[in-house]
Amino acid sequence: MKGNYELENRRFIIGGVAIAVVVIYMIRLFSLQIMSDDYKKNADSNAFLKKVEFPARGAISDRNGKLMVYNQSAFDLMVVMNEEKGHLDTLEFCQSLGISKEYFIKRMNDIKDRSKNPGYSRFTQQVFMSQLSDKEFSIFQEKMYRFAGFYVQRRTVRQYVYPYAAHVLGDVAEVSPSDIEEDDYYQPGDYIGKLGIERYYEKQLRGEKGVQILLRDAHGRIKGRYQNGALDRRPKAGKNLTLGIDVDLQALGERLLEGKIGSIVALEPATGEVLCMVSSPTYDPRLMVGRQRGKMHRELQKDIWKPLLNRSIMGQYPPGSTFKTSQGLTFVTEGIVNPVTTQYPCSHGFYYRGLHVGCHGHAAPLSLVPAISTSCNGYFCWGLYYMMSNRKKYKTVQEAMNRWRDYMKSMGFGYKLGIDLPGEKRGLIPNAEFYDNAYKGSWNGLTIISISIGQGEVNLTPLQIANLGATIANRGYYYTPHVVRKVQGEPLDTAFTRRHQTMASREAYDYVVQGMRASVLGGTCKHLNRSDIIICGKTGTAQNRGHDHSVFMGFAPMDNPKIAIAVYVENGGFGADFAVPIAGMMIEQYMHGKLSENSMKRAEDFQRRRIAYGKANR
Amino acid sequence: MEKQIDKPASVLRSLDWWTILIYVALLAFGWVSVCGASYTYGDTDIFSLDSRSGMQIIWIGTSLALGLFLLLLDDRFYDFFAYIIYGFLILVLIGTIFNTHEIKGSRSWLVMGPVRVQPAEFAKFATALAVAKLMSTYGFTMERWRDFGTAVAVVILPMLCIVMQKETGSALVYLSFFLMFYREGMTGSILFTGVAMVFYFVVGIRFEDTIMWDERTSVGKFVVLLSVQVFTAFLVYFYCHDKKQFWTILAYSLGVTLLALLFSTFVIPFDTIWVQMALAAALVGVLIYQGLARRVRTYFYIALFTIGSVIFFNAADHVLNNMMQPHQRVRINVLLGLEEDLAGAGYNVHQSEIAIGSGGLMGKGFLNGTQTKLKFVPEQDTDFIFCTVGEEEGFLGCSAVLLLFLALILRLIKMAERQPFRFGRVYGYCVLSIFLFHLFINVGMVLGLTPVIGIPLPFFSYGGSSLWGFTLLLFIFLRIDASRNMVRQ
Repeated sequence: MKGNYELENRRFIIGGVAIAVVVIYMIRLFSLQIMSDDYKKNADSNAFLKKVEFPARGAISDRNGKLMVYNQSAFDLMVVMNEEKGHLDTLEFCQSLGISKEYFIKRMNDIKDRSKNPGYSRFTQQVFMSQLSDKEFSIFQEKMYRFAGFYVQRRTVRQYVYPYAAHVLGDVAEVSPSDIEEDDYYQPGDYIGKLGIERYYEKQLRGEKGVQILLRDAHGRIKGRYQNGALDRRPKAGKNLTLGIDVDLQALGERLLEGKIGSIVALEPATGEVLCMVSSPTYDPRLMVGRQRGKMHRELQKDIWKPLLNRSIMGQYPPGSTFKTSQGLTFVTEGIVNPVTTQYPCSHGFYYRGLHVGCHGHAAPLSLVPAISTSCNGYFCWGLYYMMSNRKKYKTVQEAMNRWRDYMKSMGFGYKLGIDLPGEKRGLIPNAEFYDNAYKGSWNGLTIISISIGQGEVNLTPLQIANLGATIANRGYYYTPHVVRKVQGEPLDTAFTRRHQTMASREAYDYVVQGMRASVLGGTCKHLNRSDIIICGKTGTAQNRGHDHSVFMGFAPMDNPKIAIAVYVENGGFGADFAVPIAGMMIEQYMHGKLSENSMKRAEDFQRRRIAYGKANR
Repeated sequence: MEKQIDKPASVLRSLDWWTILIYVALLAFGWVSVCGASYTYGDTDIFSLDSRSGMQIIWIGTSLALGLFLLLLDDRFYDFFAYIIYGFLILVLIGTIFNTHEIKGSRSWLVMGPVRVQPAEFAKFATALAVAKLMSTYGFTMERWRDFGTAVAVVILPMLCIVMQKETGSALVYLSFFLMFYREGMTGSILFTGVAMVFYFVVGIRFEDTIMWDERTSVGKFVVLLSVQVFTAFLVYFYCHDKKQFWTILAYSLGVTLLALLFSTFVIPFDTIWVQMALAAALVGVLIYQGLARRVRTYFYIALFTIGSVIFFNAADHVLNNMMQPHQRVRINVLLGLEEDLAGAGYNVHQSEIAIGSGGLMGKGFLNGTQTKLKFVPEQDTDFIFCTVGEEEGFLGCSAVLLLFLALILRLIKMAERQPFRFGRVYGYCVLSIFLFHLFINVGMVLGLTPVIGIPLPFFSYGGSSLWGFTLLLFIFLRIDASRNMVRQ
C-alpha cells in the first residue's frame, strides 16, 4: 500500500504530462508555421481570386486611315450549376442556341467533370459556350430571363473589314503552353498574335491586363475586394497601329494575282514603308476568327498550294534579269566598265572558251544603258568575267568574289532585311567560300557566270527585289522595309528610320536609272510607256525547271519616286507576259488612286487569267 | 456573526490571484479570437449584439458575474450540496436524452425559450463535486474495490447519459477523471493499460496492411503482438519485482520470434503471427502457473492484461472493419494517414492546418486572417477556434496561449496539493484534468495530431454554456482554495 508521500509525487507525473503535451504541440506549431511556406501559399490561393480584366486589343488601319482590323464584342455563355439545378426548359434552351440536346447534355457533363475542367465549382460561372456572335446572342438574349443560372460574359474578338492582307495582318489565337512558358504574362485561355503583325507587334497591341483581387469564401462566392481594391490594377488598352499598306492597292494586287502563284511588293522609297504586300494564293482573314479558327487553320495547312506561306518574304526565287541592274551598279562603281565607252559584244549570247549563255537578238556591241534596256545577257556576263579575272585590282578570284558579295550585301541581299513581320527569309548570295566548297577551290569567273544575270545560286525574296527598286529610286540608299508606319503613342523603331547606304556610286545609279527608263521607252517593258507617269523598270524572265517565272522590278516616277515595286509570277513566262502589265496597273492605281476605265477592264481580264500549275510541280 | 462579516475580506486576501489573472488573460485572448473567427467582411461592428463577438461579450460578462457570485458563497455550501447538485444534473441529463430538439444530430441541447443550454457542460462540475465528496468520506480508500468502483460509477453515470445524447466527444471528457484517480492512488497499471490499448489500436490498424519482408506477416499485427509480450515482461519486472523472470520472458519472446522470422524468411514463408499467438498463450500459461505456485495475485492480473491486450486488438480490428459505420471508419483512417480525403473527412483538419500554417511567426494580424474570415474552416469559432489564433496571431500567439494553459494547469496542481482536505484536492485535480483533456484533444485535433472530437477549447470557443461550465469548475475551486487556511471544527 502506497504512502502519501509516494502519491504526492504523482503530481510531477501529471504536471510532466501537461508539459509534454504543450511542448509537443509547440513543436508541431513550429513545423507548421515556421518551417513551411506551403501553407501560406495554400491559404492565398484559397482566399484570393485574381479576376483578370482584359484590355481592348489595338486597332489596325491602313496608310489612309481606313480601319482594317477592330474588336467586336462576342459573348461567352456562362452557367452557375448551383443556380441552374435542372429547372431549365432544355428544349427551348437548345433551340434558342441552335444546339442539339445531346450537345447540351455532353457540355453540362464536361463542365462538371473535374478531370476536364479542373477549376470547377458549382458556385462560380463556368463557360458553357464561348464566343457567341452578336446574332446568336441576340436570339438567345430575348429568352435569357427564363434560363436561371445562365449568364453572359462579354469579351472581344478580332474583326476584319476587308478580306485582304491576311498574311500581313496575321491573326490571334489562344496561347499555347510554350507561349506561356516563354512569357509569364500569359495565362491559359489568353489570346496572343500568332502570325503577321499581330505577332510581331503583340506587345504593343495586347496592352496590359488589369487585375481585381477579390476575396472568395469556401464556396467560391465573392465576398468583396481585398483591401478595398487598393492593389487592383486597371487594364491598359493596346496601342493602335497605322500601316504603310494602302488597302486599295493591296486589294487590286490580290485581285490581279488570283489564280496565279506569286507575289507583289510595293515600297515607298523615301521611307521604306510597305505599300502593299500580296502573296498568292491567299485566304480571307475573316475565316480565322472565333470558334472555327483551329479548324480553318488546319485546312489551310493541308492545302497543297500553301496559302499560309507569305511568299513575299518567305519565297526565295532567282531574280532573273532584274538582278542585272545591281551588276551594272557594281561594275561601274568598281571601275570594271566605263558606262559610256565600254562596249561588249553579244551575238545571240555570250561565247567564251566553249561556254555559251544565250541571248535574244539585238544590236551589238552595246554599252550599259542599252544593255539594260535590251536586257543583254552577254554584256553582264562579260562584266562579271572581267571583274573576276581582274588580277590588277583583286589578287585572287576569291577576293574579287567577296568584293562582289559586299556590294550585294550593301543592297540588302543575302540577309534578312529586318521587316516587321515574322518568318522573313534571307535569300542566298554566294561568297568565295561557298564556291570553294562547291568546286573544291578550282573555279573562276566563268564557272559562276550565271549569277550575273540573276540565275544560278542567287536567290532573293520578292521583298528584296522590291527593295532593289527602292535603292535605285533613291539613287543609293534604302530604309528597312516595314509595314507599320505608326504605333500609337510611341516613336517608330530606329531600325526603320536609319538610312542604309549601298556601296554603289551616285554616277552608277544615274546610268542604271537611264537604262531602266530606256527599257520602258523602247526596251523590254515598252508596255509601261505612258505620258502621265514616268516609269522606270526592268523585266526578268527567271529560268526554271518548268515554265519560266515572270518578273518585274521598277519604280515611278523617275524623279522623286513615290513607289518601288516588284512583281513575281511563278511560271508566268516572259516578264512582259504577266509581271509587266500587273506592275503597270499597280503603279497607276497607286499614283492616281484609281484605275482608268481601260485599265479596269484589263484588271478584270487579268483577274480571270489562270496559270495551270501541275500538282507535281509544287 | 462577526466571523461572517469578516469573511469576504479574508476570501479576497487568500484568493489565488495568479489563477484569476490567467483566467482573465485567457478570456481576453479568447474574445479576440472569436472576433477574428466570426468577423465577416463588410460587417465591421464587432461589438454589435447581432454578431457573435458581441454576444461573446455578454457571455464573458455573465461569467465574471457568476464567478463573483461563486466566491461569495460559503465554501461548505459545495461540500454540503454536492450530491444534490449531482443528482439534479443527472436528472436533467436523462431528461435531455428524451428531448426531441436535435441540433446537428445531437440531442444535448436544452431549449428554454430563447436560451439554449448544454447540460453536459454543467454536469462536469457536478460530477467533480460528487466524486470529491464521495472520496473524502471517512474510510474511503482507493485500494478497496468497492470504494473505487463506486467512484468510477459516479463518473460513468453522466458519461453514459451524454453518450445517449449522441455527444460522444463530450462524454469522452469524463475519462479525464482517471487522471485524478491516479493521483488519489489508483494503480498506474490502469493508465498504462489505457495507453497500451491506444498504442495497439494506432499501430495495429495503421500498419495492418503493410507486409514484412517475408511477404506473409502483417507488420501491424506483428508489432502489436511483440509489444504485448514486451509490456508483459515489464509489468512482471515492475509489479512482481522479479528481474530473473523479466529477462527469461524477454529472452524467450524475442528469441522464438526471431527464429520464426528467420525460418519464414529463408526456409518456408509463413505467417509468423501464429507463432506469436502461441507465444502469447504460453506466456499466459506461465503467468497463471506462477500465480498458483507462488500464490501471488499480481500474476493473474498481468495474465489478464496479456489476454486482454490480444483480445482488444482483434476486437478493435473486427469493430473497425465490420461493425463501424463507413463514415466513422473513414475518419479513423484519415487520422491514421491511411486515406487522404481532403474534400471529405480530412477537409476540416487540412484547412485548419493551412490556416495555422499560413500564420507564420507573427500572424496576419487581428481580423486579417483570410482562411477563417472566408469560412474555409468549419466550426471555426467553436471547436476550431485555435485556427484563428494560429492564423491571426501566428506562432507567438499560439505559444502564448499554450503556455497560459500550461501555467493554469501547473498552478492548479500546486493549489490542489496545498488543500488541507481530500475534498478540495480531489476537486482540484478533477478541474485540472478536465482542462488538460480539453487542451490535449482540442488543440491536438486542430493541429491534426488527435482525432476530430468535437469538444471546445476552454475560454476560447464561442458559446455561453461552455464558458459558464468552465467558470463554474474553476471558481468553485478558487472558493474552496480560498478557505484553505480557515480552521474548522
